[in-house]
Amino acid sequence: MKLPIFPKLPAGTQPDYLHPPYKSSLKRAPTRPLIAIPQTFSERTGPVFGHAAVQASDCDLTAQHAEPPAGERIVVNGHVLDEDGRPVRGALVELWQANAAGRYRHKGDQHNAPLDPNFDGYGRTITDSEGRYRFLTIKPGAYPWGNHHNAWRPAHIHFSLFGAGLLSRLVTQMYFPGDPLLPHDPIYNCVADENAKRRLISAFDWGNTTPEFALGYRFDIVLRGRAATPMEK
Amino acid sequence: MAETPTASQTVGPFFSIGLDSFLRKEVFANGSGDRVTVRGRVLDGHDQPVPDAVLEIWAPGTGTDECTAEGYPVGFGRVATNDLGEFDFVVPRPPGSEHDGRKHAPHLAVLVFMRGLLRHLVTRLYFPDEPANALDPVLQLVPEERRRTLIATAAPEKTAEFSWDIHLQGEQETVFYEV
Repeated sequence: MKLPIFPKLPAGTQPDYLHPPYKSSLKRAPTRPLIAIPQTFSERTGPVFGHAAVQASDCDLTAQHAEPPAGERIVVNGHVLDEDGRPVRGALVELWQANAAGRYRHKGDQHNAPLDPNFDGYGRTITDSEGRYRFLTIKPGAYPWGNHHNAWRPAHIHFSLFGAGLLSRLVTQMYFPGDPLLPHDPIYNCVADENAKRRLISAFDWGNTTPEFALGYRFDIVLRGRAATPMEK
Repeated sequence: MAETPTASQTVGPFFSIGLDSFLRKEVFANGSGDRVTVRGRVLDGHDQPVPDAVLEIWAPGTGTDECTAEGYPVGFGRVATNDLGEFDFVVPRPPGSEHDGRKHAPHLAVLVFMRGLLRHLVTRLYFPDEPANALDPVLQLVPEERRRTLIATAAPEKTAEFSWDIHLQGEQETVFYEV
């Protein structure tokens, strides 16, 4: 059996657990140092998501109801790569977001903005043979939250990815270029490394902008893991 | 070319919108081997229940590289906590394994996500009735007084049920791993 290897993460490229400007981390971040363990069979293997679990229509968030949702239609697409820059094929990509008014379809979201009867805000897909994914959705709105006085989340789309092996697991958020809220957001700013942080911002994508229809945004994602090697006995 | 992995961001409070399709109490499995139930709670630094956590369970060796007939991944489960911070799931009892010339005790790999965690946590659940725990090379890296945080408790008078709480902070803080 060939299993991926997972190099140590470069310093500063992932958030610390405790990030005081983000209030919710105070009582939820572990206080004791993590215990370093070797990568065993448990971490180098992981679930395999079959195409049957995902419908082709799951990548179109604008077609889940009889009428199209309100808002600016956008194409969100990109490549999922490993640390060698090779495509990750068959990765599960799950996505969720607020509607154009900045409201989630969730009982816990009390923001006084309208729900859209034509928008659920979720999608999923499996990357193709070149590691690509593509969603059609609407641009989510910014919304206020209770972290501090006049706190607003920049527009973002939540991404959840599963590549090869448990350690490839990634949950992240995609932001939009030029958003004036980014410098003020403690979640976006939790990443110390400037380059790593900026890579959370999608790029405007002329190539996938569809005439008379939708703007394109490109968000490439790198998962932990390098080329498979035979499992040593 | 070497690429740096994309930075993690919190799953936030509304993850169920996107993660719902794989949320279920039964870990996907083929066949009908031994199954066990695990029940527990997730508690924060005030010892308050966490009502918005999501756990992912990986039962290594129960079905690597396999899907169920419906296309779901064998050995994988995803459960969310309820308003009381409680979770429960049913999982095939994983086998032990042997590699790098050492015996590894049966265990579940568990990933923990929630609002407030900018990166998910990685931990393990071991079973109390496994003699192999004493020699497990990963468990041995944990200071002895903290190992109990990784070992489930057998439910009284039930053979296939265990309880296991996750404490994010405090005296009983669960051991989390850097891998």
